[in-house]
Amino acid sequence: MRTVIAEDSVLLRAGLTKLLETTGFEVVAAVHDADALLTAVEQHRPELVIVDVRMPPSFTDEGIRAALVIRQQWADVAIMVLSQYVEERYAAELLATRTTGIGYLLKDRVADVEVFLEALRRVAAGGTALDPEVVAQLLLRRHGRPTDRLTAREREVLSLMAEGRSNAGIAECLVVSESAVAKHINSIFTKLNLSAAEGDHRRVLAVLHFLDGTGAADRS
Amino acid sequence: MIRPYTVGSMSSGITHTETRARALRSVLAGPWGRRAWRDLGFTVLSAGLNLLPLLVMALPWILFPPISFLAVLTCAFVSVAAAVALCPWLTVLRRGCFYEVLGVRIPKPPTIERSPESSGGVWSALRDHLRSPRTWRQACYHLVVGPAVNLLGLLGALAWGAALTYLATSAVFWVLVHVFGMTERLVWAGAELWIVLLCAILVYLGPWIVSVAVRVDARAASELLGPSRAEQLAQRVAKLTESRAGALDAADVERRRIERDLHDGAQQRLVSLAMNLGLARATLADELSEPARRALQEAHEEAKEALTELRELVRGLHPVVLEDRGLDAALSGIAARSPVPVRLTVDVPRRVSSTVEAVGYFIVSEALANANKHARATAVQVDVRLDGTVLRITVTDDGIGGAQASRGTGLTGLAQRAASVDGSFGISSPLGGPTTIKVDLPCEP
Repeated sequence: MRTVIAEDSVLLRAGLTKLLETTGFEVVAAVHDADALLTAVEQHRPELVIVDVRMPPSFTDEGIRAALVIRQQWADVAIMVLSQYVEERYAAELLATRTTGIGYLLKDRVADVEVFLEALRRVAAGGTALDPEVVAQLLLRRHGRPTDRLTAREREVLSLMAEGRSNAGIAECLVVSESAVAKHINSIFTKLNLSAAEGDHRRVLAVLHFLDGTGAADRS
Repeated sequence: MIRPYTVGSMSSGITHTETRARALRSVLAGPWGRRAWRDLGFTVLSAGLNLLPLLVMALPWILFPPISFLAVLTCAFVSVAAAVALCPWLTVLRRGCFYEVLGVRIPKPPTIERSPESSGGVWSALRDHLRSPRTWRQACYHLVVGPAVNLLGLLGALAWGAALTYLATSAVFWVLVHVFGMTERLVWAGAELWIVLLCAILVYLGPWIVSVAVRVDARAASELLGPSRAEQLAQRVAKLTESRAGALDAADVERRRIERDLHDGAQQRLVSLAMNLGLARATLADELSEPARRALQEAHEEAKEALTELRELVRGLHPVVLEDRGLDAALSGIAARSPVPVRLTVDVPRRVSSTVEAVGYFIVSEALANANKHARATAVQVDVRLDGTVLRITVTDDGIGGAQASRGTGLTGLAQRAASVDGSFGISSPLGGPTTIKVDLPCEP
């Protein structure tokens, strides 16, 4: 998989490159700032971009702005954003255009190699990967919305759905059976008024409901 | 204030006889010592300075003899205005004299604040000056106390001079009559013994009177020309406020520096290490022996744990998110991580000073930790809003209550944090709950 890495820390850039190359990714470029990233994307047309939020020159949100540009100009490029801390606004901005092929993880998650690689593959395949802390923070602000009617457990299930996990993944995470997860999901669909006619799309809609207020739902 | 006039020494190495001898010498040398002459010079100089305002005040009355009521009013106004205008200059002169001649330093009083409705013209400036108690204290010195004390000193000097002159003349006559026998041309009846004695006393007393007058003058000047007690306190408070803010800012800057260093150094290295270990674990699993694989796994887990701990530590120091994105983002971070569900409302439309942000952040963080640890709460409501120039923080939990600021060290810490930026801290925690913490932090507009 053709990948571009944008990360200003030399150590981490080298580490990521090595990690990806050993595990079957093809790193076509590893750059240290946002401008170089855009040039590299234009030149190599990668399938996946891994980008750090804080990069030179101002070390604020260069990475997010670059990611938004990439999303606008090269819609088929999947993006994994790595951040030192969770900023919902960033996540919201990223999710505002489309909720596919996007990931937002805390930088430290890189250390959990297996989980990180799985998230990368999921994002590259058009899925989402939101950090549990991002999800928790997004959930915090949803008052007086349909999601308020959910039980604590259903909320957990919905968060895990938003993180991009499958039923099996959710079951494993919560240490329950897959059928229990399916039951929770059905209950979520009912409470959010998502009829069966909408089929598998309901899953995406539920997540969008969940992210409502970030602007995702009205623009999808 | 003034160099001590006391004679003798308190130092332990000198015996009593020595001390007494020195005291006697000092008393005998009194009228001819340098200090006596210095005080005399100062008294004469003061006399000149005291005449100045009286002269200025008298001038309009002399130049324009007040023949009508209007003229009286005009003269009165001009002389008062002139005296008021002269006071600050005289004060500067006086302060210089006291320092140069006597070595007495009179601190500068703060400048008179302009009243808010002041138009900046002569009238309002005069009104501001007339309203300020400082002007009246200065006038009191320059027109009343200074001249009165000075008069005492001048009388002392006069007595001293007269006594010396009398004694000297008498001595000369005595020598002329008794040694040279010049009796026919001089008419001298001989000195009366009691007058001679009186003069001798006056020769010693005169300098002391002058010195006492100068001493009183210096005391009065520093009371009336220097900053008043209230002004001194105000100056001190201003200075303390400034130094405390400086100390707080310095501590804040230091925390941020440590945070940056940790982030740029140790954290990156640790992420890289954990990543490498994870990679080795993922790729070498089949080639390694069981113990080696287990060792690798443990190393990886340890590295991840270290990373988590380091992240928590850095968050506790000064979270980057607080500096970059402000209170709202930073608070939603800690609220989301809280095991007890938190309802968070933040209404802070502008960034407040980084010190207040840091204090606010730590107060909410600590209050949430308390609610989690001690209160057995099931829900916490955090409300932060900027009300004009006050950041109001309210944290309410539905726990068991009974929290006391005097017992819990955490709560004392909260109160201290709030006090460090002149904020107020209040807690209501009846047994059975709920517990409400209210903190108001002033922040300049």
